Amino acid sequence: MQQFLQQMVNGLSLGSIYALIALGYTMVYGIIRLINFAHGDIYMLGAFAGFFAISAFHLSFIPSLIISMAICALAGMLIKRVAYKPLRTAPRISMLITAIGVSLFLENGGLMVFSPSIRTFPTVFPVKTFSFFGGLVKLTVKDIVVLTVMIVMLILLQYLVYRTKIGKAMRAVSFDKDAASLMGVDVDTTISYTFAIGSALAAVAGVLVGIYYNSVWPLMGIMPGLKAFIAAVLGGIGIIPGAVLGGLLIGVTETLVAGYGNSLYRDGVAFAILIIVLLLRPSGLLGKNQREKV
Amino acid sequence: MENLLEIKHLSKNFGGIEALKDVNITVEKGGLVGLIGPNGAGKTTIFNLLTGEYVPTSGSMIFDGRELTNHHPYQVTAFGIARTFQNIRLFSNLSVLDNVRIACHIHVKYGVFDSIIHGKRFVGGEKEIYEKSIELLRIFKLEDKKDELAKNLPYGEQRRLEITRALATNPKLLLLDEPAAGMNPQETEELMETIKFLRDKMGITIFLIEHDMHLVMGICEKIYVLDFGKVIAEGDPTAIQHDPKVIEAYLGTAYLEGGKVNA
Amino acid sequence: MDKNSLKKDLIVFAAVVIFYALVQVFIQTGIIGPYYSLNLILMCINIMLAVSLNLINGFLGQFSIGHAGLMSVGAYTSAILTYYYDLPLVVALIVGALAACLAGLVVAIPTLRLKGDYLGIATLGFGEIIRVVFLTNETVGGAKGFFGIPKLTTWTWAFFLMVLTIIVIKNFIDSSYGRSCIAIREDEIAAEAMGINTTKYKILAFTIGAFFAGAAGALYAHNFYTIQPEQFNFMKSFDIMTMVVLGGQGSITGSIIGAIAVTVLNAALSSLAAMRMVFYSLLLIIMMLFRPQGLFGTTEFTLDQVLGRRGRLGKSAGNKASV
Repeated sequence: MQQFLQQMVNGLSLGSIYALIALGYTMVYGIIRLINFAHGDIYMLGAFAGFFAISAFHLSFIPSLIISMAICALAGMLIKRVAYKPLRTAPRISMLITAIGVSLFLENGGLMVFSPSIRTFPTVFPVKTFSFFGGLVKLTVKDIVVLTVMIVMLILLQYLVYRTKIGKAMRAVSFDKDAASLMGVDVDTTISYTFAIGSALAAVAGVLVGIYYNSVWPLMGIMPGLKAFIAAVLGGIGIIPGAVLGGLLIGVTETLVAGYGNSLYRDGVAFAILIIVLLLRPSGLLGKNQREKV
Repeated sequence: MENLLEIKHLSKNFGGIEALKDVNITVEKGGLVGLIGPNGAGKTTIFNLLTGEYVPTSGSMIFDGRELTNHHPYQVTAFGIARTFQNIRLFSNLSVLDNVRIACHIHVKYGVFDSIIHGKRFVGGEKEIYEKSIELLRIFKLEDKKDELAKNLPYGEQRRLEITRALATNPKLLLLDEPAAGMNPQETEELMETIKFLRDKMGITIFLIEHDMHLVMGICEKIYVLDFGKVIAEGDPTAIQHDPKVIEAYLGTAYLEGGKVNA
Repeated sequence: MDKNSLKKDLIVFAAVVIFYALVQVFIQTGIIGPYYSLNLILMCINIMLAVSLNLINGFLGQFSIGHAGLMSVGAYTSAILTYYYDLPLVVALIVGALAACLAGLVVAIPTLRLKGDYLGIATLGFGEIIRVVFLTNETVGGAKGFFGIPKLTTWTWAFFLMVLTIIVIKNFIDSSYGRSCIAIREDEIAAEAMGINTTKYKILAFTIGAFFAGAAGALYAHNFYTIQPEQFNFMKSFDIMTMVVLGGQGSITGSIIGAIAVTVLNAALSSLAAMRMVFYSLLLIIMMLFRPQGLFGTTEFTLDQVLGRRGRLGKSAGNKASV
């Protein structure tokens, strides 16, 4: 029982990180129907930005986080402008190939610029453990930081999407781009903001992963990026709470499978869950099933 | 005359909405039957139920002695029902000829293996498909446009191509969903000739949905009127034109009360 | 059918035979060294992969990104047969391709109900699951890889199978069955209304594609002495998809040229070492920005175009690739 609860805690922390990355996928997909495969590499970029801010400039956690978010937001907007915007009217598959191209570019550019070695992320928070429920559950400071930051980000995002003008514009554009444009919404700017916000959330995930697992390297974005995307699809792509649900679900199951079974099966599990869910609910857990009108 | 299609007590609910309520329609073999009614009355839903796109909530649909419920659209086509769509669904990036050839597939005479080795049976079968398609295109005056992309045809010709394509499946019953929509009076006139030709010369039974009263009253022998999912009237064109329930459905009660404006 | 097309077929046939014979002579006399012959074989394998994926993605219009997984089934199955049972390559190839076909069927039956991106992700998921299966199986070397596979793939085998793949898929596409697949791509509801059993044809095209992916995998396994699960991950599927999109979805000649371009590019950039992938990704992005519909769109490159006459599809085929 104790081991199970402990695995749940670890799983929730990992899941929070997936969820933060998944949010970016879901927002971008929701607005331009693009699977932005470069998103996982933005997360890597965020981790490195955090790493340099903390180790080279000796900044504390919050300023490093903000700097990393800003850098990734800019990178996201830049990618959108250079690689995706010219293809807005092209076949959708071309944009997908471009996204893969950007992803390869960031990964291999990262290998060149940052060198392929794994770097140790500096210790930011004291190594301390708190016991709850008479020692049944132990939370480290890192767990608390990850979970708190995720919740704060979720609240901020919810506020942004449902309470601000830009959020309203984002919802309008994702519902119907042409109609939104006719109603005076600046579609292009709104898409840029969506990329910026999604990328900033990936940056948060990157910094948190650095803190939680103590290491960063240029190819760290590939697998978590893919899993986060799976999480977004699992929850119902384009739906914000769905991304969080999917992320947590994958994080928890992976941790349980690695804890109780063979860790090699870990990567397969996320996909197995995905396929099962898609077969039962083709639009994801929280997605609405839509039938084409005849 | 024997009935080709019998719809009995057909109902369809979408969630809590009753789209069709106890609909009874019969189409005689060789008949030319019209289905009219205000927008949203459930006309296209009947077509979608017949062709297997939707599954009815209750009731039966007997075509040529066979129950249509629980069959896939491709099976319904094989039974001998072909259709056109309200908002034209051609294979718009393909040539006119290919559109018709695709519809010939249902009667293809060679197997997958023949097609891979391009053997004798393939050559013969392809020749047959080609000739049949060209013949149909010739009848509908589309032969010289056979290499044109379907999307580049003028609107009236697109509608005509959709009918041609439907005929390539060798149907006994043809369902036309608003064939005259968007046509100018002259095109409609030509369409009426075409429909009469299909029935009289090719022996195909026709069941059509249409808003153009000139067309419906001009060629249909029997008309059903649908309103809010119910059949409110049936009969020949003259009877329908004078039925008070039909006038009410189309023009509102105010019209019947002597022109008073309904508040 | 007519005289003219027979003449053209003969010209193409003669060109293919001459090309094969020339390369074969050059390899035997050592004018083409082992490095180049290895890459020529790889080019044939890539063409097989691209053309077979194009059948699924370009002609049938179903978004699949699990091709590397199907390829790996062919690779591992055939390697087991030659390594553990000393069977000849022909048997290994056929069984490997059939195994991939079966795997394709297992993937296709549940997932082909899904549409668009969802289908893509489900096939990607299946591809990754297949990879994990090989990763955790110690009889095939697990994560370390399967070593000591006999080098049986020759230029003759690779070339012959590549030609076979192209002929079979092209003939299929040019038949009523192929047209039915294209109809499904264009409008599934209309296709079904024309009497086409869409599920059946999706599965048919998917398994044909899987068959040749498996055959390509078998050739691949016997070309390099060793295979690892990592070589068949989703990046490999993307690689194949890139070849298809570069050439133009729905164009067989496009896929051939796309596969050749990617193979040549990879080989040419290999001297750049670390910079290789950076250049490759940049070229990919630039290509897509300037020719989003691929080199050929959905049109075919024909002999008539070379001779200055209008192509067979020149008038009837559109230029826009559809997703």
